[in-house]
Order: sequence, then C-alpha cells, then structure tokens
Amino acid sequence: MAGANDLDSKKAFKYALINLHKMDSLVDIRNLSAGYGQNIVLKDVNLSIQQFDFVGVIGPNGGGKTTLLKALLGLIPPLTGEIIYDELMTEGNTHRIGYLPQINNIDRKFPVTVFDVVRSGLMSRNRLIGRYSREENERANNLMSEMGIFGIGKKAIGELSGGQIQRALLCRALVNNPKLLILDEPNTYVDNRFERELYEKLKVLNDKLAILLVSHDLGTISTYVKSYACVNGSLHYHSGNKVTPDLLKSYECPIQIISHGEIPHTVLYNHKS
Amino acid sequence: MMENLIALFNFGFFRNAFIAAFFASITCGIIGTYIVSRRIVFISGGITHASFGGIGMGYYFGFNPILGAVVFGILSALGIEFFTKRADLREDSAIAILWSLGMALGVIFIFLTPGYAPNLMSYLFGNILTVSKEDLIYLLLLAIFVIGVFLVFYRMIIFVSFDEEFALTNNAPVRLFNALLISLVALTIVLNIRVVGIILVMSLLTIPQAIANLFTKRFDYMMFYSIGFGFLGSVTGLSFSYIYDIPSGAAIIFSLVVLYGLFKAGFVVFGKANLKHRKM
Repeated sequence: MAGANDLDSKKAFKYALINLHKMDSLVDIRNLSAGYGQNIVLKDVNLSIQQFDFVGVIGPNGGGKTTLLKALLGLIPPLTGEIIYDELMTEGNTHRIGYLPQINNIDRKFPVTVFDVVRSGLMSRNRLIGRYSREENERANNLMSEMGIFGIGKKAIGELSGGQIQRALLCRALVNNPKLLILDEPNTYVDNRFERELYEKLKVLNDKLAILLVSHDLGTISTYVKSYACVNGSLHYHSGNKVTPDLLKSYECPIQIISHGEIPHTVLYNHKS
Repeated sequence: MMENLIALFNFGFFRNAFIAAFFASITCGIIGTYIVSRRIVFISGGITHASFGGIGMGYYFGFNPILGAVVFGILSALGIEFFTKRADLREDSAIAILWSLGMALGVIFIFLTPGYAPNLMSYLFGNILTVSKEDLIYLLLLAIFVIGVFLVFYRMIIFVSFDEEFALTNNAPVRLFNALLISLVALTIVLNIRVVGIILVMSLLTIPQAIANLFTKRFDYMMFYSIGFGFLGSVTGLSFSYIYDIPSGAAIIFSLVVLYGLFKAGFVVFGKANLKHRKM
C-alpha cells in the first residue's frame, strides 16, 4: 500500500512539474530599458511571451519596435532591467529564436544560392566547420517545399521575387526548430496574395511555436494574433485580439481600427475637418 | 610570335613572373570575390594606400618595405573596422583619413631617406618582371593560407557576410571572422603590390570578379572563374608588356578591362537570357 501511495505522489509531483513548466513563459522581459548610447528608446518595458503565444507588435515609427526586437535577439544589451529566457528556449549559449529580418536588410546582389541561405540558419558559434548532415539537408528541403519554394534551391538569391525571398528567409528562420519566431514587418514589398498565404502559414506554425510579429497593418493581423503589444517609448500589453478605439487613442498608435460584423470590414477614423 | 613567347620561359625572370601571375590570380580571385560580394571595395582601396606608409618607413629604417606595408595594411584594416563600429566615426570618412594618412607618412619617410629611393616606382605601379624568389615564396604561402581558410570556413564566411545581423542573432563569431577576413584582404593586397603596384592592385581584385559575375551568381563559382580570368588577363598582359615593351602592371590591367569589355559585349549581343534576367 505504501508503495502505491508513493507512486501516486510521484506521479502527482511529475504532473505538477509539467504543468508548472507549461505555465512558464518562454521569455520574460522585466523593467527593460534599451537604446543606443545616450538615446534611450524604450523605458521600463515588461512583457512575457508564453508558449504558443502570437503577439502582434504595433506602434508608430520610431516608437521602439525595432529596438525591442534587437534587445530580444540579443543584438543590443539592456541598459537596465533584464530579459530572462526559459531553459526551453536555450540551447548551449544560443537562444532558440528564429528571426525574419526586414527584406531590405538583405543584399540581393550577394552571390549565394537559396539552398545555402536556408541551411545557413543552422550555423552558430558551436559549429564553425563541418558539413551539413543528410538529415539537415532533408529538413531544409522539406521546409522549402512546405513554403512553396521547392526546386529553386540552386538559384541565386538575386534571381527571386520579393515573395520568394521572404519564403527563403522564413525557411532560414525555421530550419533550426526555434521555439519563438520573430518577424519584422514581413508584409512590406510583397503582394496581397503572398501576405495572406504567409499569415495562414503562421497560423499553422503557431501550433508548434510562439510568434512575435511586428506590423504596421493591424487590419490584417487582427484575425491571427492572440495578443497585442503596443510599443511607443514604453510597452502596453493587451491579451485578446480585440482592439478598441480608446485603447489605440491613448497610446497614439496611428493604425486602422477593426470591428467585427456580418462581412469582414475595416473601419477607419473619421477625417478631421 | 608563339615561338618567341615559349622561348621566354627560358628566362628565369619570365618564369618567375608567370608563377607570380598564377599565385596572384588565386589570392586575388578568392579575396576579390569576398571584397566585391561584401561591397568593401572602398575599404580595400583605403587599406591599399594606407600601406604606403609602411613602405616609406621600410625605406627610412632600412627593413623590407613589404614587411612595413604588411603591418600598415593590417593595422589600417583593423583600424577601419574599429573606428566605424566602436568610435562612431562615419565609415567612408575613416577610410579617407587612413587612406591619406598612410600616403602622407610614406611620402614624408621617403623624402627623409637620404639619396635616391630605388624601386619606388615598382611599389606604386608594380613590376611583375622583377619579382624575386622571396616574393614568390610569400605569395605561395599566402595562396595556401587563403585557400585553407576558405576551404575550412567557407560556410561560416558566407553566413557572416551575407547577413551580418542574422549571424549575430545566431551567436556566430561575426567580429572574429570580420577581423580575420579583413586581415586576409590586407595581406593579399600588400603581397600583390609587388605584382601590379599600389595604384593598380584594386583592379586585380575587382575586374576578374566583374567578368565572372557575367557567368555566375554563386560565390563558389565566382571564385573559380575569377581565378581563371585573372590568370588569363595577367598572362596576356605579361606577353603584351614584353612584346611592346610597356609597363607590366598597366598592361595586365588593360588586358583585364579589354577582356571584360569583350565578354560584356558578347553577352549583350548573344546572351538574351542574361538580358532577360537583368530586367527582373
């Protein structure tokens, strides 16, 4: 009897541990201030990104969206406060973050093949030399067919359209199986069809990983995101994907307002006359 | 004329020049592809001219001017990296300052050196026909080193150069590789100064790549093609230099530009696929 009891309590303990882990956030930003030299762009930011979260980051230009991304990606050190990564998120000394930069950060004339770009997502400090394994090549190929760019692996990056480059860069971001995917305005320079496809892909991906999406276009992303972070010098977090005019007005986010109705539609502010 | 050219190989100086052209094509083909891909041609120009300061000091203090150039080249390369990333100085201004500072130091030291400065012109304009066994050994060692680095670290070099920010987010040793590669650029430039000179060395690092880029848009192929076209241009120039008795460095550059013009014209006339590509 004592033995069975022991087993039960062990089991309970194990489940408690699992639950505890599930409740943990992947990334915890605590009282973060960040900026460049004397110029503090973000002040006193608090944000936790949960597992399978889908955060839409919105806010005006110069409000600090990019600075927030850079801090999360470890490109700039916090001036004050800290960013805590869950152990699920860390692998050796790197964080398991997939990053899709803005497409105009890429030099399209650089002589590199699509397949090499995709696989480069596997590189890190820990593997300076050596070849890609067969399993890694397969993973890259599978990802490329999933994203609809199979068969163009041997092309140079400069031979692709904007949408194709975005897909290749998305494959690069995903090839190392990240726990958090960060996208910096993926809807610039791509057509509407690709944009819709991209968001549908993200919706599917969201079952496996958390997503942080920076966008100007609140109208389109509102049906996909699970919460908002409005960044304008500081950060205001809203769970749920409903956006009210009051909420936006108080944070001076110059974006479209959405409301739900019989047919999908977008309501904009009245013109000031 | 062909027999004349083949007979040239009986001369030691011509054999040396031929071998030097071969090594120069390898080092400039690989490093030039890196320079052009990363768009650091202007930085490389700065390093080239800054190294003249080392040549001047070599004359004044009586050591091998190329040794001085190596030190100046690498220091200015790392200096440009440092000043632009850490010290909040505009990159092109940093380059211009080091560029002219090196030249100024070179001029001052050569002026202070008593008597006539022998071979000064060969450092400015190069003379492949006067390369020594010692120069050849340096070039061979450099070629082995460059090939070795690119063989072992090829993927990392592409990774770091294509998208530096992404590489940083993956915790790749970006700064280490930037420093290693810019030092290799400096070494390649300085050791090839003996072949075509300070004023002309940039063309060995860019024209073969421009020709190669007509045929391929892949980094690895671009290196191989550049080596081939570089060698073709160097040997053609070398032959012209002998036949018409004109300075070898200038003849090599001229041949390379003519080669580029011919291939470019060929592509414009015959290469419709290439034209279609450029419209995209």
